[in-house]
Amino acid sequence: MQGLVEIRWHGRGGQGAVTAAKMTAELALGQGKHFQAFPEYGPERSGAPIVAFTRVSDEPIQVYAGIEHPDIVVVLDPSLLSVVDVTAGSPDDAIVLINSDLPPAELRAKYHMKGRKLYTIAATKIAVETIGRAIPNTPMVGALTRITQLFPLEEIVAFVRADFGKKFPPKVVEGNVNALTRSYEEVQGE
Amino acid sequence: MAATDTPILAVTGNEAVAEAMRQIDPDVVAAYPITPQTEVVQIYAQFVADGKVTTEFITVESEHSAMSAVVGSAAAGARTMTATSSQGFALMWEMLYIAASYRLPIVMTTVNRALSGPINIHCDHSDTMGGRDTGWIQLYGEDHQEAYDDTIMGIRIAEHLDVRTPVMSMLDGYVISGAIGPLQMLPDEAVKEFIGPFKAINPLLDSEHPVTVGPFDGLHGWYFEHKATQQRAMDRSFAVIEQVSEEFAELTGRKYELLSPYRMDDAEMALVVIGSTCGTTRTVVDQLRKKGVKAGMVKVHVFRPFPVQAFIDLLGSCSVVGVMDRADSFGAQGGPLFLEVRSALYDLPKRPQIVPIIYGLGGRDIFPDNIHEAFAVLQKAAAGETLPVERTYLNLRKDRV
Repeated sequence: MQGLVEIRWHGRGGQGAVTAAKMTAELALGQGKHFQAFPEYGPERSGAPIVAFTRVSDEPIQVYAGIEHPDIVVVLDPSLLSVVDVTAGSPDDAIVLINSDLPPAELRAKYHMKGRKLYTIAATKIAVETIGRAIPNTPMVGALTRITQLFPLEEIVAFVRADFGKKFPPKVVEGNVNALTRSYEEVQGE
Repeated sequence: MAATDTPILAVTGNEAVAEAMRQIDPDVVAAYPITPQTEVVQIYAQFVADGKVTTEFITVESEHSAMSAVVGSAAAGARTMTATSSQGFALMWEMLYIAASYRLPIVMTTVNRALSGPINIHCDHSDTMGGRDTGWIQLYGEDHQEAYDDTIMGIRIAEHLDVRTPVMSMLDGYVISGAIGPLQMLPDEAVKEFIGPFKAINPLLDSEHPVTVGPFDGLHGWYFEHKATQQRAMDRSFAVIEQVSEEFAELTGRKYELLSPYRMDDAEMALVVIGSTCGTTRTVVDQLRKKGVKAGMVKVHVFRPFPVQAFIDLLGSCSVVGVMDRADSFGAQGGPLFLEVRSALYDLPKRPQIVPIIYGLGGRDIFPDNIHEAFAVLQKAAAGETLPVERTYLNLRKDRV
């Protein structure tokens, strides 16, 4: 994707949506692109719906405001679909990536979703199987990378090894690498 | 490493300021460590714990005590910094006047956030705009880079012998403080060299030359004269701010001005803006220019001292000017920035119409469309339409007021 790309993340407190938004910004920096990432701050309660934003651009980013018309919507928790209008304001050709075990067509039918390009990835399942914890953010970034081709997969793997390597033991780091690569391969479009 | 060879980093505004403080490595930082304090102090405490700075770090039981400790430390002869936000700033109130009147070169970062109530932790400028008459110099940054740069330049401005007045440097709460954005830091040595060693004036700890700080002065004392000297120092600080900005530009290539004009050369209408909304406004100015509208913007970097002459030079030839306040002065004709901009232009033989605009209180988002609305109001005024007496509110739920 070229020009300005605006991403809106929907998740619940504790799922790592903010971290994913920031990680995507740092990956953009690694690609020499301009970036901005910020959560919509509120009381930080585990499980409460939260929103975060990432902008990635070839040009310097000057707008400091929430994203009203996202090119990409990423939903880290499928239970939000019946609570929050996740596609609000997004254009009809927007990409919508949802953490779900269902294939896109089934999910679309279940939630009566109209228009937009729908993708799904079983991110929580992958996270449990690779990292050992139900934190879907890293797999979601892996799937996003595949869909958008904003960054090469090997760049993210290198980033995770370097950045997570500072904070976590090798087992957790490699679990995240596996989560990324698996979701990169397993993401489904319509 | 040359000053401009350092890599671009992805950091929060809080991290940007804390890194600047680490490089300054002041003798003393005293701060309140709990809400409404920001992450600036938490990150700095980590630097202290990790031995990355030599600072004597004092955690105190309130923001009032924080500013009291900072006053004591600076009077003792130490390079002293602190950080605050919102209600914390409000609780420092009486001590802010003391710091300024003792002419102590303290530098304090303030993350701009709303004052209660209702309770609200989000961005607006009510905190520091309320402190505009405390005698501190006020620098308002618009992004991560400027928050970092102002912290470093603030040291030189506050400590300059023509000024010796505390400086508060601001960044927008959450919009910048909590958001990830780009930052290019200076090498540590370059900061050390730029700020130079601290020079204490009449320090309390110099027992060879004992002084008294802060005594009772009385009805027939020098209080009034003292206040006049504070104003003189503010007047002298213009030249110092410009000189420090010039030296900083030589080092970094980043030149800061008292006011920064954007597409003002032939502008017929302009918005005056402070903080992170400047960038959003620039993109709207570009869009309007493409449609042939002669729109411009003036960014306010320095609010205290108030750069009257720069406002006259930049806005004098406009037909209409909107002044965007992210704080209000209830019962007055508009927000604090509006009141002073209109006053600054009063003596011009032919002056623009000045329109009060209030936006973003309590963190209410300000979208490009809202800036378009503001310019639409200015266009109406330019076309001769009489505007309502009430302030123009942007992104207000008008049906609920």
